[in-house]
Amino acid sequence: MAQKLDIISIRNQFPILHQEVNGKPLIYFDNAATTQKPQSVIDALVKYYSHDNANIHRAAHTLAARSTDMFEDTRKTIQTFINANEAEECIFTKGVTESINLVAQTWGRKFLNAGDEVIITTMEHHSNIVPWQMICEEKGAILKVIPINNAGELLMDEYDKMLSSKTKMVACVWVSNALGTINPVKEIIEKAHAVGAKVLLDGAQACSHLEVDVQDLNCDFLAISSHKLYGPTGVGVLYGKRELLEAMPPYQGGGEMIKEVSFDKTTYNEIPYKFEAGTPNIGDVIAFKYAIDFINEIGKENIAKHENELLKHCIDGLEQINKSPNHQIIQLIGTAKEKVSVQSFIINGMHHFDAGLMLDAKGIAVRTGHHCTQPLMNYLGVDGTIRASFSVYNTLAEVDVFLESVRKLVKR
Amino acid sequence: MKTITDIQNEIIENFELFDGDMESILFYLMDLGKKLPAMPEVHKTEDYLVKGCQSKVWLFPTFVDGKVCLEADSNTEITKGLVYLLVTIWGNQTPNDILNSELFFIEKIGMSHMIGSQRSNGFVSMIKQIKLYALAYKSTNN
Repeated sequence: MAQKLDIISIRNQFPILHQEVNGKPLIYFDNAATTQKPQSVIDALVKYYSHDNANIHRAAHTLAARSTDMFEDTRKTIQTFINANEAEECIFTKGVTESINLVAQTWGRKFLNAGDEVIITTMEHHSNIVPWQMICEEKGAILKVIPINNAGELLMDEYDKMLSSKTKMVACVWVSNALGTINPVKEIIEKAHAVGAKVLLDGAQACSHLEVDVQDLNCDFLAISSHKLYGPTGVGVLYGKRELLEAMPPYQGGGEMIKEVSFDKTTYNEIPYKFEAGTPNIGDVIAFKYAIDFINEIGKENIAKHENELLKHCIDGLEQINKSPNHQIIQLIGTAKEKVSVQSFIINGMHHFDAGLMLDAKGIAVRTGHHCTQPLMNYLGVDGTIRASFSVYNTLAEVDVFLESVRKLVKR
Repeated sequence: MKTITDIQNEIIENFELFDGDMESILFYLMDLGKKLPAMPEVHKTEDYLVKGCQSKVWLFPTFVDGKVCLEADSNTEITKGLVYLLVTIWGNQTPNDILNSELFFIEKIGMSHMIGSQRSNGFVSMIKQIKLYALAYKSTNN
């Protein structure tokens, strides 16, 4: 059962939160863009560069052994975090974008043919659109898009109609960054598998809010970014099923990814190293483990409960502002039944860019714009939204300050 | 006639009254934006659109009697206020004066976060665009 969290002590682990912006206490509601980092992650980075820095996997000295152990420790931590069958199925990348590009450029290059179909959704981030457009164009494959309803939910009937023996890949966002919608990924995966297609989940937004069990989901690929999970920027993971990763050609060539190199022929290393050419982002990978530990210590269920309270308080407050005399001045964008703690909205008669700057003047950081989902914004008929996204260290009092600021903007 | 430096100094003096209070500065900018002469809709075409990721700016320049005249507008109120200031500073100046000038008012009025590497704002692109026009006018004038 979920426990009530001591938010003050959680906040105390995040030094960045204790500052003023424009003379006001910082209220950080841009967590869907990136979360802040706890002291344990910051300390891990400092410790690594102060005590343990060495290149991994090849040298015979103590520091190299230490850094290699710590690097591989993170891989094991990720394996447990997402319940992968083996640690080797977790490949370190720069983030979700690189994870998706890796699959599109290796799996796609080998397994997609002219006339094959790749299915994505209307609510994809550009990072799960463009890589597929690129490989589809190259291969003569066709990109299909699952439409959504006005609440921002996938039209599953339309998805059913799209699936056929031509479908080779369904690349789908688990949780929408712009709307917060939680997509029914288990159903999506089952249906895709029924026609023999593979499924890649963009887990950028999901993994900090929802329990992740890749074996239970039975997804073929899952892309994760550390920086949205309280970890450092520049690190991500691509989970892939062993048989798929083994069948895929390498992504980049270089050191680490080889077994034997001669000028005549090169043989490739085993997974995961086959996909980790060059010196990786060792320090940040090591610190990533401490971010996962932070999440595990609090517990996903407890985090979700707190974040849902914040979301509900925010939605109730925004709806309250909409009552007389400001009749429907705020339009909520993204009202799916299943959501994480993200709320997009627009204020009629006020550009989101102005609203963002006005909120920043109050020390409140929200994201404004198209959130790298231009096709979604076009579908919704808006050129951008104001997006507040909450994390475990945010408080109801902060939401109140935010709502009061929005109320003042509306009254202006 | 006032120089580009004189006009910037006057603007900075006006903003000093707010003592760095960002909210008041933004409200003032929004008010200034309302003073911008209306730009004829026929000039708000794709050709004269200076794109930013979030805020758009339209810029319609003309070259009259050796001076650069600027008609401009924006779809966001705060950017419009900045556009008003820029038109006040650079409008009716010679291409040479524009090219040789430095825009120090932006930082001094506390809006440096609106420039730099922020690609969200059409205002940044507008500054570059005016300099390009000035350069083009300068070469036609020679």
